[in-house]
Amino acid sequence: MGMAIDWTRATKYFLLMDMWKGFQLGMKYFMAPKATLNYPHEKGPLSPRFRGEHALRRYPNGEERCIACKLCEAICPAQAIVIDAEPRADGSRRTTRYDIDMTKCIYCGFCQEACPVDAIVEGPNFEFTTETREELYYNKEKLLENGDRWEAEIARNIELDAPYR
Amino acid sequence: MAEFLAGFLQTNLGIVVLVAAQCLLFTIILFVALAFLMYADRKVWAAVQQRRGPNVVGIYGLLQSFADFVKYIAKEIIVPAGADRFVYFLAPMLSFVLALIAWVVVPFNDGWEIASLNVAILYVFAMSSLEVYGVIMGGWASNSKYPFLGALRSAAQMISYEVSIGLIIIGVIISTGSMNLTDIVRAQEGNFGFFNWYWLPHLPMVFLFFISALAETNRPPFDLPEAESELVAGYQVEYSSTPFLLYMMGELIAIVLMCALVTILFFGGWLSPIPGLPDGVMWMILKMSFFFFIFAMVKAIVPRYRYDQLMRIGWKVFLPLSLGWVVFIAFMAKFEILGAFWARWAMLGMGG
Repeated sequence: MGMAIDWTRATKYFLLMDMWKGFQLGMKYFMAPKATLNYPHEKGPLSPRFRGEHALRRYPNGEERCIACKLCEAICPAQAIVIDAEPRADGSRRTTRYDIDMTKCIYCGFCQEACPVDAIVEGPNFEFTTETREELYYNKEKLLENGDRWEAEIARNIELDAPYR
Repeated sequence: MAEFLAGFLQTNLGIVVLVAAQCLLFTIILFVALAFLMYADRKVWAAVQQRRGPNVVGIYGLLQSFADFVKYIAKEIIVPAGADRFVYFLAPMLSFVLALIAWVVVPFNDGWEIASLNVAILYVFAMSSLEVYGVIMGGWASNSKYPFLGALRSAAQMISYEVSIGLIIIGVIISTGSMNLTDIVRAQEGNFGFFNWYWLPHLPMVFLFFISALAETNRPPFDLPEAESELVAGYQVEYSSTPFLLYMMGELIAIVLMCALVTILFFGGWLSPIPGLPDGVMWMILKMSFFFFIFAMVKAIVPRYRYDQLMRIGWKVFLPLSLGWVVFIAFMAKFEILGAFWARWAMLGMGG
Protein backbone atom coordinates (compact mmCIF):
# COMPACT_ATOMS: atom_id res chain seq x y z
CA MET A 1 0.00 0.00 0.00
CA GLY A 2 0.95 3.61 -0.31
CA MET A 3 2.44 5.17 -3.38
CA ALA A 4 6.20 5.47 -3.58
CA ILE A 5 7.15 9.12 -3.85
CA ASP A 6 9.58 10.00 -6.60
CA TRP A 7 11.68 12.39 -4.56
CA THR A 8 13.90 13.49 -7.43
CA ARG A 9 10.92 14.43 -9.48
CA ALA A 10 9.22 16.18 -6.56
CA THR A 11 12.36 18.20 -5.79
CA LYS A 12 12.72 19.21 -9.40
CA TYR A 13 9.07 20.21 -9.45
CA PHE A 14 9.30 22.43 -6.39
CA LEU A 15 12.62 23.97 -7.45
CA LEU A 16 10.96 24.87 -10.77
CA MET A 17 13.77 23.13 -12.62
CA ASP A 18 11.93 22.96 -15.93
CA MET A 19 11.22 26.66 -15.61
CA TRP A 20 14.91 27.55 -15.15
CA LYS A 21 15.95 25.32 -18.01
CA GLY A 22 13.27 26.80 -20.21
CA PHE A 23 14.42 30.27 -19.27
CA GLN A 24 18.03 29.40 -20.09
CA LEU A 25 17.02 28.03 -23.46
CA GLY A 26 14.84 31.07 -24.08
CA MET A 27 17.72 33.42 -23.32
CA LYS A 28 19.99 31.43 -25.60
CA TYR A 29 17.60 31.99 -28.50
CA PHE A 30 16.96 35.57 -27.37
CA MET A 31 20.64 36.31 -27.98
CA ALA A 32 20.92 34.20 -31.12
CA PRO A 33 20.97 35.90 -34.53
CA LYS A 34 17.58 36.26 -36.18
CA ALA A 35 16.46 33.57 -38.56
CA THR A 36 14.25 35.93 -40.57
CA LEU A 37 15.53 38.25 -43.27
CA ASN A 38 14.49 41.87 -43.22
CA TYR A 39 12.79 41.14 -46.53
CA PRO A 40 12.43 44.18 -48.70
CA HIS A 41 15.92 45.26 -47.67
CA GLU A 42 17.58 41.86 -47.47
CA LYS A 43 16.96 39.00 -49.87
CA GLY A 44 17.89 35.36 -49.81
CA PRO A 45 20.13 33.78 -52.47
CA LEU A 46 18.48 32.46 -55.67
CA SER A 47 19.56 29.43 -57.65
CA PRO A 48 20.37 30.01 -61.34
CA ARG A 49 17.57 27.53 -61.98
CA PHE A 50 15.03 29.64 -60.14
CA ARG A 51 11.78 29.77 -62.08
CA GLY A 52 10.22 33.19 -61.71
CA GLU A 53 8.48 35.61 -64.03
CA HIS A 54 8.52 34.73 -67.72
CA ALA A 55 10.39 36.66 -70.38
CA LEU A 56 10.79 36.45 -74.16
CA ARG A 57 14.41 36.92 -75.20
CA ARG A 58 15.98 38.50 -78.25
CA TYR A 59 19.14 37.83 -80.20
CA PRO A 60 21.95 40.36 -79.71
CA ASN A 61 20.97 42.02 -83.01
CA GLY A 62 17.53 42.79 -81.61
CA GLU A 63 15.62 40.07 -83.50
CA GLU A 64 13.18 38.15 -81.33
CA ARG A 65 14.14 34.53 -80.78
CA CYS A 66 10.66 33.00 -80.80
CA ILE A 67 9.88 31.19 -84.07
CA ALA A 68 6.28 30.33 -83.13
CA CYS A 69 6.87 26.55 -83.05
CA LYS A 70 4.22 26.37 -80.31
CA LEU A 71 6.06 23.63 -78.40
CA CYS A 72 5.61 25.63 -75.19
CA GLU A 73 1.91 26.01 -75.84
CA ALA A 74 1.67 22.28 -76.44
CA ILE A 75 3.56 21.21 -73.33
CA CYS A 76 2.07 23.73 -70.92
CA PRO A 77 0.20 21.58 -68.37
CA ALA A 78 -1.90 24.51 -67.21
CA GLN A 79 -2.66 25.61 -70.77
CA ALA A 80 -1.65 29.11 -69.83
CA ILE A 81 0.04 29.95 -73.15
CA VAL A 82 -1.78 31.06 -76.32
CA ILE A 83 0.19 31.65 -79.54
CA ASP A 84 -0.92 32.88 -82.98
CA ALA A 85 1.56 33.04 -85.86
CA GLU A 86 1.80 34.40 -89.42
CA PRO A 87 4.66 34.75 -91.87
CA ARG A 88 6.19 38.19 -91.58
CA ALA A 89 6.81 40.51 -94.57
CA ASP A 90 10.41 39.26 -94.84
CA GLY A 91 9.14 35.69 -95.02
CA SER A 92 10.24 34.56 -91.54
CA ARG A 93 7.80 32.86 -89.21
CA ARG A 94 7.01 34.92 -86.10
CA THR A 95 4.28 35.19 -83.53
CA THR A 96 1.55 37.77 -83.88
CA ARG A 97 0.27 36.92 -80.44
CA TYR A 98 2.04 35.39 -77.43
CA ASP A 99 -0.04 35.48 -74.26
CA ILE A 100 0.67 33.90 -70.90
CA ASP A 101 -2.00 33.88 -68.25
CA MET A 102 0.19 34.26 -65.15
CA THR A 103 -2.72 33.34 -62.91
CA LYS A 104 -2.94 29.93 -64.59
CA CYS A 105 0.80 29.33 -64.80
CA ILE A 106 2.17 26.83 -62.29
CA TYR A 107 5.81 27.82 -62.87
CA CYS A 108 6.84 24.26 -63.78
CA GLY A 109 9.42 25.45 -66.30
CA PHE A 110 8.29 23.07 -69.06
CA CYS A 111 7.99 25.95 -71.55
CA GLN A 112 11.65 26.89 -71.22
CA GLU A 113 12.61 23.21 -71.42
CA ALA A 114 10.57 22.76 -74.59
CA CYS A 115 11.85 25.89 -76.32
CA PRO A 116 14.39 24.99 -79.05
CA VAL A 117 15.77 28.54 -79.29
CA ASP A 118 15.80 29.60 -75.62
CA ALA A 119 13.20 32.24 -76.37
CA ILE A 120 10.74 31.77 -73.51
CA VAL A 121 12.50 31.58 -70.14
CA GLU A 122 11.57 31.95 -66.52
CA GLY A 123 13.71 34.70 -65.09
CA PRO A 124 14.88 35.38 -61.54
CA ASN A 125 12.15 37.96 -60.81
CA PHE A 126 9.56 36.87 -58.28
CA GLU A 127 8.28 40.31 -57.30
CA PHE A 128 5.66 41.03 -59.95
CA THR A 129 2.53 41.37 -57.88
CA THR A 130 -0.23 43.51 -59.30
CA GLU A 131 -3.30 45.19 -57.97
CA THR A 132 -5.65 43.71 -60.55
CA ARG A 133 -6.03 40.31 -62.12
CA GLU A 134 -5.99 41.77 -65.65
CA GLU A 135 -2.44 42.97 -65.21
CA LEU A 136 -1.34 39.35 -64.88
CA TYR A 137 -2.58 38.43 -68.38
CA TYR A 138 0.78 39.01 -70.06
CA ASN A 139 0.99 39.64 -73.79
CA LYS A 140 3.90 39.52 -76.21
CA GLU A 141 4.82 43.15 -75.67
CA LYS A 142 5.04 42.70 -71.90
CA LEU A 143 7.06 39.49 -72.22
CA LEU A 144 9.55 41.05 -74.64
CA GLU A 145 9.88 44.03 -72.33
CA ASN A 146 10.66 41.61 -69.46
CA GLY A 147 13.25 39.97 -71.69
CA ASP A 148 14.95 43.28 -72.33
CA ARG A 149 14.88 44.20 -68.67
CA TRP A 150 16.23 40.91 -67.29
CA GLU A 151 18.49 39.81 -70.18
CA ALA A 152 21.72 40.27 -68.21
CA GLU A 153 20.57 38.09 -65.29
CA ILE A 154 18.91 35.51 -67.55
CA ALA A 155 22.01 35.13 -69.74
CA ARG A 156 24.18 34.75 -66.64
CA ASN A 157 21.86 32.11 -65.15
CA ILE A 158 21.78 30.09 -68.39
CA GLU A 159 25.56 30.20 -68.57
CA LEU A 160 25.93 29.12 -64.91
CA ASP A 161 23.51 26.25 -65.35
CA ALA A 162 24.91 25.10 -68.71
CA PRO A 163 27.52 22.64 -67.28
CA TYR A 164 24.77 20.68 -65.55
CA ARG A 165 22.51 20.22 -68.56
CA MET B 1 0.26 84.13 -7.22
CA ALA B 2 2.15 81.31 -5.55
CA GLU B 3 0.47 82.23 -2.30
CA PHE B 4 -2.95 82.16 -3.93
CA LEU B 5 -2.17 78.77 -5.47
CA ALA B 6 -1.01 77.35 -2.13
CA GLY B 7 -4.21 78.66 -0.53
CA PHE B 8 -6.39 77.36 -3.36
CA LEU B 9 -4.96 73.87 -3.06
CA GLN B 10 -6.10 73.80 0.58
CA THR B 11 -9.74 74.33 -0.42
CA ASN B 12 -12.00 71.40 -1.28
CA LEU B 13 -12.17 72.43 -4.93
CA GLY B 14 -8.42 72.82 -4.99
CA ILE B 15 -7.90 69.31 -3.68
CA VAL B 16 -10.30 67.87 -6.25
CA VAL B 17 -8.55 69.76 -9.07
CA LEU B 18 -5.14 68.67 -7.82
CA VAL B 19 -6.12 65.00 -7.60
CA ALA B 20 -7.79 65.14 -11.01
CA ALA B 21 -4.63 66.67 -12.48
CA GLN B 22 -2.48 64.00 -10.86
CA CYS B 23 -4.75 61.26 -12.24
CA LEU B 24 -4.62 62.79 -15.70
CA LEU B 25 -0.85 63.13 -15.63
CA PHE B 26 -0.41 59.60 -14.39
CA THR B 27 -2.84 58.17 -16.96
CA ILE B 28 -1.03 59.87 -19.82
CA ILE B 29 2.35 58.62 -18.63
CA LEU B 30 0.95 55.13 -18.12
CA PHE B 31 -0.61 55.00 -21.60
CA VAL B 32 2.58 56.11 -23.30
CA ALA B 33 4.50 53.55 -21.24
CA LEU B 34 1.93 50.90 -22.19
CA ALA B 35 2.46 51.57 -25.87
CA PHE B 36 6.15 50.81 -25.50
CA LEU B 37 5.58 47.90 -23.14
CA MET B 38 3.29 46.29 -25.69
CA TYR B 39 6.05 46.77 -28.23
CA ALA B 40 8.64 45.35 -25.83
CA ASP B 41 6.42 42.36 -25.14
CA ARG B 42 6.16 41.57 -28.83
CA LYS B 43 9.86 42.15 -29.42
CA VAL B 44 10.86 39.79 -26.61
CA TRP B 45 8.46 37.18 -27.84
CA ALA B 46 9.84 37.56 -31.35
CA ALA B 47 13.46 37.45 -30.21
CA VAL B 48 13.00 34.14 -28.40
CA GLN B 49 11.52 32.71 -31.59
CA GLN B 50 14.39 34.25 -33.58
CA ARG B 51 12.00 36.57 -35.37
CA ARG B 52 12.38 40.31 -35.74
CA GLY B 53 9.04 41.44 -34.40
CA PRO B 54 7.54 44.79 -35.34
CA ASN B 55 10.23 46.81 -37.14
CA VAL B 56 8.50 48.88 -39.78
CA VAL B 57 6.53 51.69 -38.08
CA GLY B 58 9.00 54.28 -36.80
CA ILE B 59 12.65 53.49 -36.15
CA TYR B 60 12.97 49.86 -35.06
CA GLY B 61 9.17 49.72 -35.12
CA LEU B 62 8.94 51.83 -31.98
CA LEU B 63 5.69 53.46 -33.07
CA GLN B 64 3.96 50.15 -33.82
CA SER B 65 1.61 50.41 -30.85
CA PHE B 66 0.44 53.86 -31.93
CA ALA B 67 -0.31 52.54 -35.40
CA ASP B 68 -2.22 49.66 -33.81
CA PHE B 69 -4.13 52.11 -31.67
CA VAL B 70 -5.24 54.08 -34.71
CA LYS B 71 -6.18 50.86 -36.47
CA TYR B 72 -8.26 49.62 -33.54
CA ILE B 73 -10.27 52.79 -33.11
CA ALA B 74 -10.80 53.18 -36.87
CA LYS B 75 -12.42 49.74 -37.21
CA GLU B 76 -16.13 49.11 -37.21
CA ILE B 77 -17.78 48.00 -33.98
CA ILE B 78 -19.73 44.83 -34.64
CA VAL B 79 -22.33 43.73 -32.10
CA PRO B 80 -23.42 40.11 -32.42
CA ALA B 81 -27.10 39.38 -32.95
CA GLY B 82 -28.86 38.67 -29.68
CA ALA B 83 -26.15 40.28 -27.59
CA ASP B 84 -27.14 42.18 -24.49
CA ARG B 85 -25.98 45.56 -25.74
CA PHE B 86 -25.72 47.28 -22.38
CA VAL B 87 -23.66 44.55 -20.72
CA TYR B 88 -21.75 43.95 -23.95
CA PHE B 89 -20.39 47.49 -23.93
CA LEU B 90 -20.16 47.79 -20.16
CA ALA B 91 -17.87 44.75 -19.83
CA PRO B 92 -14.74 46.06 -21.61
CA MET B 93 -15.13 49.44 -19.93
CA LEU B 94 -15.36 47.74 -16.54
CA SER B 95 -12.27 45.67 -17.30
CA PHE B 96 -10.34 48.74 -18.37
CA VAL B 97 -11.46 51.13 -15.64
CA LEU B 98 -10.94 48.64 -12.81
CA ALA B 99 -7.43 47.87 -14.04
CA LEU B 100 -6.70 51.57 -14.19
CA ILE B 101 -8.10 52.74 -10.84
CA ALA B 102 -6.07 50.19 -8.88
CA TRP B 103 -3.04 52.34 -9.71
CA VAL B 104 -4.06 55.28 -7.50
CA VAL B 105 -2.48 53.71 -4.40
CA VAL B 106 0.73 52.51 -6.02
CA PRO B 107 3.70 54.53 -4.74
CA PHE B 108 6.46 55.13 -7.29
CA ASN B 109 8.63 56.97 -4.81
CA ASP B 110 8.33 58.05 -1.21
CA GLY B 111 5.04 59.94 -1.29
CA TRP B 112 4.56 59.62 -5.05
CA GLU B 113 1.08 58.17 -4.97
CA ILE B 114 -2.26 59.70 -5.81
CA ALA B 115 -4.00 58.38 -2.68
CA SER B 116 -2.23 57.18 0.44
CA LEU B 117 -4.71 54.59 1.66
CA ASN B 118 -4.01 52.73 4.88
CA VAL B 119 -5.66 49.64 3.37
CA ALA B 120 -3.97 50.13 0.00
CA ILE B 121 -3.07 46.49 -0.53
CA LEU B 122 -6.66 45.41 0.13
CA TYR B 123 -7.86 48.06 -2.30
CA VAL B 124 -5.56 46.82 -5.06
CA PHE B 125 -6.59 43.27 -4.31
CA ALA B 126 -10.28 44.17 -4.43
CA MET B 127 -9.94 45.99 -7.73
CA SER B 128 -8.02 43.19 -9.39
CA SER B 129 -10.60 40.71 -8.08
CA LEU B 130 -13.42 42.74 -9.60
CA GLU B 131 -11.74 42.55 -13.00
CA VAL B 132 -13.13 39.06 -13.40
CA TYR B 133 -16.56 40.65 -13.83
CA GLY B 134 -15.43 42.34 -17.03
CA VAL B 135 -14.47 38.98 -18.44
CA ILE B 136 -17.59 37.12 -17.29
CA MET B 137 -19.94 39.86 -18.45
CA GLY B 138 -18.20 40.12 -21.81
CA GLY B 139 -18.36 36.38 -22.38
CA TRP B 140 -21.97 36.16 -21.32
CA ALA B 141 -23.26 39.23 -23.15
CA SER B 142 -21.71 38.14 -26.45
CA ASN B 143 -24.41 35.46 -26.84
CA SER B 144 -21.90 33.06 -28.35
CA LYS B 145 -20.50 29.68 -27.33
CA TYR B 146 -16.75 30.19 -27.27
CA PRO B 147 -16.77 33.51 -25.43
CA PHE B 148 -19.04 31.91 -22.86
CA LEU B 149 -16.69 28.96 -22.37
CA GLY B 150 -13.77 31.37 -22.09
CA ALA B 151 -15.61 33.46 -19.53
CA LEU B 152 -16.46 30.41 -17.42
CA ARG B 153 -12.87 29.24 -17.43
CA SER B 154 -11.69 32.70 -16.58
CA ALA B 155 -14.07 33.02 -13.66
CA ALA B 156 -12.87 29.80 -12.04
CA GLN B 157 -9.23 30.52 -12.79
CA MET B 158 -9.09 34.07 -11.49
CA ILE B 159 -11.00 33.25 -8.33
CA SER B 160 -8.80 30.21 -7.58
CA TYR B 161 -5.59 32.14 -7.82
CA GLU B 162 -6.90 35.13 -5.91
CA VAL B 163 -7.10 32.87 -2.88
CA SER B 164 -3.39 32.12 -2.90
CA ILE B 165 -2.46 35.70 -3.83
CA GLY B 166 -4.48 36.87 -0.84
CA LEU B 167 -2.71 34.47 1.50
CA ILE B 168 0.71 35.46 0.18
CA ILE B 169 -0.14 39.10 0.73
CA ILE B 170 -1.19 38.29 4.30
CA GLY B 171 2.35 37.06 4.97
CA VAL B 172 3.76 40.40 3.85
CA ILE B 173 1.17 42.27 5.92
CA ILE B 174 2.09 40.27 9.03
CA SER B 175 5.76 41.08 8.52
CA THR B 176 5.08 44.77 8.01
CA GLY B 177 2.24 45.36 10.42
CA SER B 178 0.61 47.66 7.89
CA MET B 179 -1.42 47.44 4.70
CA ASN B 180 -0.15 50.72 3.35
CA LEU B 181 2.08 50.12 0.34
CA THR B 182 4.42 52.94 1.33
CA ASP B 183 4.85 51.36 4.78
CA ILE B 184 5.49 47.98 3.18
CA VAL B 185 8.32 49.48 1.14
CA ARG B 186 9.72 51.43 4.09
CA ALA B 187 9.78 48.24 6.17
CA GLN B 188 12.19 46.81 3.63
CA GLU B 189 14.68 49.62 4.12
CA GLY B 190 17.94 48.70 5.81
CA ASN B 191 21.71 48.63 5.79
CA PHE B 192 22.04 45.69 3.45
CA GLY B 193 20.12 47.08 0.45
CA PHE B 194 19.11 44.18 -1.73
CA PHE B 195 19.23 41.67 1.13
CA ASN B 196 16.87 43.72 3.29
CA TRP B 197 13.96 43.28 0.93
CA TYR B 198 11.12 40.87 1.54
CA TRP B 199 12.17 38.46 -1.20
CA LEU B 200 14.62 36.87 1.24
CA PRO B 201 12.37 36.23 4.25
CA HIS B 202 9.46 35.41 1.94
CA LEU B 203 11.51 33.60 -0.68
CA PRO B 204 9.18 30.77 -1.72
CA MET B 205 6.23 33.13 -1.79
CA VAL B 206 7.93 35.36 -4.37
CA PHE B 207 7.67 32.56 -6.92
CA LEU B 208 4.17 31.62 -5.85
CA PHE B 209 3.09 35.23 -6.14
CA PHE B 210 4.64 35.61 -9.55
CA ILE B 211 3.03 32.44 -10.88
CA SER B 212 -0.33 33.38 -9.34
CA ALA B 213 0.03 36.81 -10.94
CA LEU B 214 0.43 35.09 -14.31
CA ALA B 215 -2.79 33.16 -13.70
CA GLU B 216 -4.60 36.21 -12.33
CA THR B 217 -3.82 38.28 -15.42
CA ASN B 218 -4.58 35.43 -17.84
CA ARG B 219 -1.05 35.41 -19.17
CA PRO B 220 0.54 32.31 -20.66
CA PRO B 221 0.98 29.58 -19.44
CA PHE B 222 -2.43 30.21 -17.89
CA ASP B 223 -4.09 31.96 -20.82
CA LEU B 224 -6.91 29.43 -20.89
CA PRO B 225 -9.66 32.04 -21.15
CA GLU B 226 -8.13 33.13 -24.44
CA ALA B 227 -6.63 29.83 -25.58
CA GLU B 228 -6.23 30.69 -29.26
CA SER B 229 -5.89 27.06 -30.26
CA GLU B 230 -9.18 25.90 -28.77
CA LEU B 231 -11.41 28.87 -27.99
CA VAL B 232 -10.22 31.24 -30.75
CA ALA B 233 -9.83 34.15 -28.31
CA GLY B 234 -12.14 33.18 -25.46
CA TYR B 235 -14.25 35.98 -24.09
CA GLN B 236 -12.87 38.44 -26.66
CA VAL B 237 -14.11 36.55 -29.74
CA GLU B 238 -17.10 38.79 -30.47
CA TYR B 239 -15.33 42.03 -29.66
CA SER B 240 -13.87 44.34 -32.25
CA SER B 241 -12.55 47.86 -32.55
CA THR B 242 -12.47 50.05 -29.44
CA PRO B 243 -14.11 47.57 -27.01
CA PHE B 244 -11.46 45.03 -27.98
CA LEU B 245 -8.79 47.67 -27.51
CA LEU B 246 -10.16 48.35 -24.02
CA TYR B 247 -9.89 44.66 -23.14
CA MET B 248 -6.35 44.51 -24.44
CA MET B 249 -5.31 47.62 -22.58
CA GLY B 250 -7.06 46.49 -19.40
CA GLU B 251 -5.17 43.24 -19.56
CA LEU B 252 -1.86 44.96 -20.13
CA ILE B 253 -2.49 47.49 -17.36
CA ALA B 254 -3.26 44.59 -15.00
CA ILE B 255 0.01 42.92 -15.98
CA VAL B 256 2.03 46.06 -15.34
CA LEU B 257 0.18 46.46 -12.05
CA MET B 258 1.28 42.95 -11.08
CA CYS B 259 4.85 43.93 -11.95
CA ALA B 260 4.48 46.94 -9.66
CA LEU B 261 3.04 44.76 -6.89
CA VAL B 262 5.87 42.23 -7.07
CA THR B 263 8.30 45.13 -6.91
CA ILE B 264 6.61 46.75 -3.93
CA LEU B 265 5.81 43.64 -1.93
CA PHE B 266 9.03 41.71 -2.38
CA PHE B 267 11.66 43.84 -4.06
CA GLY B 268 11.70 47.06 -2.12
CA GLY B 269 9.79 49.42 -4.42
CA TRP B 270 11.86 52.54 -4.97
CA LEU B 271 14.68 51.46 -2.62
CA SER B 272 18.15 51.20 -4.05
CA PRO B 273 19.58 47.66 -4.12
CA ILE B 274 23.09 48.85 -3.28
CA PRO B 275 23.56 50.66 0.05
CA GLY B 276 24.89 54.15 -0.61
CA LEU B 277 23.18 54.70 -3.94
CA PRO B 278 20.23 57.11 -3.69
CA ASP B 279 16.70 55.66 -3.63
CA GLY B 280 14.33 56.93 -6.24
CA VAL B 281 11.66 56.42 -8.82
CA MET B 282 14.17 55.06 -11.33
CA TRP B 283 14.69 51.96 -9.20
CA MET B 284 10.94 51.37 -9.17
CA ILE B 285 10.77 51.74 -12.97
CA LEU B 286 13.85 49.57 -13.42
CA LYS B 287 12.50 46.77 -11.26
CA MET B 288 9.10 46.91 -12.92
CA SER B 289 10.73 46.73 -16.34
CA PHE B 290 12.72 43.73 -15.22
CA PHE B 291 9.62 41.90 -14.05
CA PHE B 292 7.82 42.83 -17.22
CA PHE B 293 10.69 41.28 -19.12
CA ILE B 294 10.28 38.11 -17.08
CA PHE B 295 6.54 38.16 -17.81
CA ALA B 296 7.31 38.47 -21.52
CA MET B 297 9.93 35.71 -21.38
CA VAL B 298 7.53 33.36 -19.60
CA LYS B 299 4.99 33.98 -22.33
CA ALA B 300 7.59 33.02 -24.90
CA ILE B 301 9.01 29.90 -23.28
CA VAL B 302 6.18 27.98 -21.62
CA PRO B 303 3.50 25.75 -23.12
CA ARG B 304 -0.08 26.22 -21.97
CA TYR B 305 -1.42 24.32 -18.96
CA ARG B 306 -4.35 22.01 -19.29
CA TYR B 307 -7.38 23.20 -17.36
CA ASP B 308 -7.36 20.45 -14.74
CA GLN B 309 -3.62 21.00 -14.20
CA LEU B 310 -4.29 24.68 -13.65
CA MET B 311 -6.92 23.92 -11.04
CA ARG B 312 -4.73 21.29 -9.40
CA ILE B 313 -1.82 23.69 -9.02
CA GLY B 314 -4.08 26.43 -7.70
CA TRP B 315 -5.93 24.40 -5.08
CA LYS B 316 -3.65 21.49 -4.25
CA VAL B 317 -0.23 23.13 -4.37
CA PHE B 318 -0.48 26.89 -4.05
CA LEU B 319 -3.26 27.05 -1.48
CA PRO B 320 -1.70 24.63 1.09
CA LEU B 321 1.76 26.13 0.55
CA SER B 322 0.66 29.71 1.01
CA LEU B 323 -1.63 28.83 3.90
CA GLY B 324 1.21 26.96 5.62
CA TRP B 325 3.46 29.94 5.01
CA VAL B 326 1.01 32.32 6.66
CA VAL B 327 0.98 30.13 9.77
CA PHE B 328 4.77 29.90 9.71
CA ILE B 329 5.20 33.67 9.25
CA ALA B 330 2.66 34.41 11.96
CA PHE B 331 4.58 32.20 14.38
CA MET B 332 8.00 33.59 13.47
CA ALA B 333 6.81 37.18 13.62
CA LYS B 334 4.85 36.84 16.82
CA PHE B 335 7.77 35.38 18.77
CA GLU B 336 10.28 37.53 16.90
CA ILE B 337 12.46 34.58 16.02
CA LEU B 338 15.54 35.88 14.20
CA GLY B 339 14.62 39.34 15.46
CA ALA B 340 13.44 41.64 12.71
CA PHE B 341 14.05 39.17 9.90
CA TRP B 342 10.34 38.43 9.75
CA ALA B 343 8.98 40.83 12.36
CA ARG B 344 9.77 44.13 10.66
CA TRP B 345 6.95 45.89 12.52
CA ALA B 346 8.70 45.27 15.85
CA MET B 347 11.83 46.95 14.57
CA LEU B 348 10.12 49.95 13.06
CA GLY B 349 7.65 50.53 15.84
CA MET B 350 4.74 50.48 13.41
CA GLY B 351 1.31 49.07 14.24
CA GLY B 352 0.92 45.33 14.52
